[in-house]
Amino acid sequence: MRENHQLSVISNEIDVANRSVRDEVASIFEQVIGHPVQINDDTDIVEDLGMDSLGVMNFVMAIEDFYDISIPLDRITQVQTVADLIAAVEELRSEA
Amino acid sequence: MTILAKHAAYKSRYDRLRAAGVDPFNVSFDTIISPTEGVMKGKPTILLGTHNYLGLTFDEDCIEKAVEANRTQGTGTTGSRVANGSYQGHLKLERELADFYGREHAMVFTTGYQANLGVLSTLVGRGDHLMLDADSHASIYDGSRLGGAEVIRFRHNNPDDLYKRLRRLKDQPGDRLIVVEGIYSMLGDTAPLKEIAHVKRETGAYLLVDEAHSMGVLGETGRGLAEVAGVEDDVDFIVGTFSKSLGSVGGFVVSNTPDFELMRIVCRPYMFTASLPPGVIASTLEALHKIRTRPELRADLMRNANHLYSGLAALGFETGPEANPIVAVVMPSQEIAVAFWKMLLESGLYLNLALPPATPTNAPLLRTSVSAAHTPAQIDTALDIFGQVGRALGLLPADRRRAAGAV
Repeated sequence: MRENHQLSVISNEIDVANRSVRDEVASIFEQVIGHPVQINDDTDIVEDLGMDSLGVMNFVMAIEDFYDISIPLDRITQVQTVADLIAAVEELRSEA
Repeated sequence: MTILAKHAAYKSRYDRLRAAGVDPFNVSFDTIISPTEGVMKGKPTILLGTHNYLGLTFDEDCIEKAVEANRTQGTGTTGSRVANGSYQGHLKLERELADFYGREHAMVFTTGYQANLGVLSTLVGRGDHLMLDADSHASIYDGSRLGGAEVIRFRHNNPDDLYKRLRRLKDQPGDRLIVVEGIYSMLGDTAPLKEIAHVKRETGAYLLVDEAHSMGVLGETGRGLAEVAGVEDDVDFIVGTFSKSLGSVGGFVVSNTPDFELMRIVCRPYMFTASLPPGVIASTLEALHKIRTRPELRADLMRNANHLYSGLAALGFETGPEANPIVAVVMPSQEIAVAFWKMLLESGLYLNLALPPATPTNAPLLRTSVSAAHTPAQIDTALDIFGQVGRALGLLPADRRRAAGAV
């Protein structure tokens, strides 16, 4: 567990503009799952967070809305960990 | 460890189901005796989950045509149309389908599944953009992977979300193809096709509608949801199946697109599989004739759909949003859904148990489909059984004993 990547997702009051993608993803995740969770780069979205396919889809769609991007299905299948998701978001934002 | 060990998660769920004494994915009938009745373990059983919308599987004329074709042309084509050639029946069915939909072109596939696989993988490829409703059928998802196009899902039945995602593509090159279904197979809800057609026009995309569950079911002449919504001119491709309202097996696509015939030499799920046998083609042709000449079948179907839908609602069950020939009953948990399904079957009523992730939400569904061939008495019997089981399992209050027949 890398301490500097530890996240508390109870961070809704932080100014959105100052947040990193990681903080934002964590916050969105909390909204979708409905309770606070501890996540880091290595967190496996399905295994560690117990999300089913519907949960993952809702989570991904919330991320897409927040960043005004669409993550194609083949990219979603490559995403396993939080770090993978952040990489996908950052890449798609840079393409947009 | 076996080579199938990778599916261990499914195995454990399946084992749990079977431990509860049911195997909803492996039901077998002793025999089927009519479009609405089978026999299971010696017990007469009402079929309320077989998508036999017009009840044509036992139509005398369809059977006779199939028998005659089998006698005169043999039982099978033993290969693809590319290798073994087309029979006159294949060509005639394509002409009749094109005529039914008022389109220039039609192409027949060996199953509805292959129709989606073939059409989606041929229309869009690498560099194109495929916009799928999130609740699309498995054949659409599988077809989307075969062609290599970029696949983007939009929220179910949400034209605004679709528009937003098309807008995000900005000036990226490549064709855009929107795919929606006439009636969605899990909840029986229809697509907001007028609004989706508007998005299509605004964004310059192509539009494909899968009318598998709506052909012969919706529309003044049975052409499906596009006919009801009055947007047939906006729909570039209609895909459908012979295995529901037409009572046989097979799939098709119709379109006015130029160069349509090119599909026959590039569409692999058309080229590399055996074509439909003469008997199937013959009964399908006759069934299409019935759709065109017996509109009362659609009236009977919708009467039965409304009867079942309003009856289930009156009993106190939560159903899908629209009264269509697919009526889904929402179950509170998998345990109750499995027990409910098993008790229905033991009471002589067969329908589909749909479990997540095959369902659009996390709720399990008891999915029914009615037929024009059901009698009002059969629908009443089904409602009675639903009421009895619902009360026995505590889903309905014990005092809510109003006769389903009075609904």
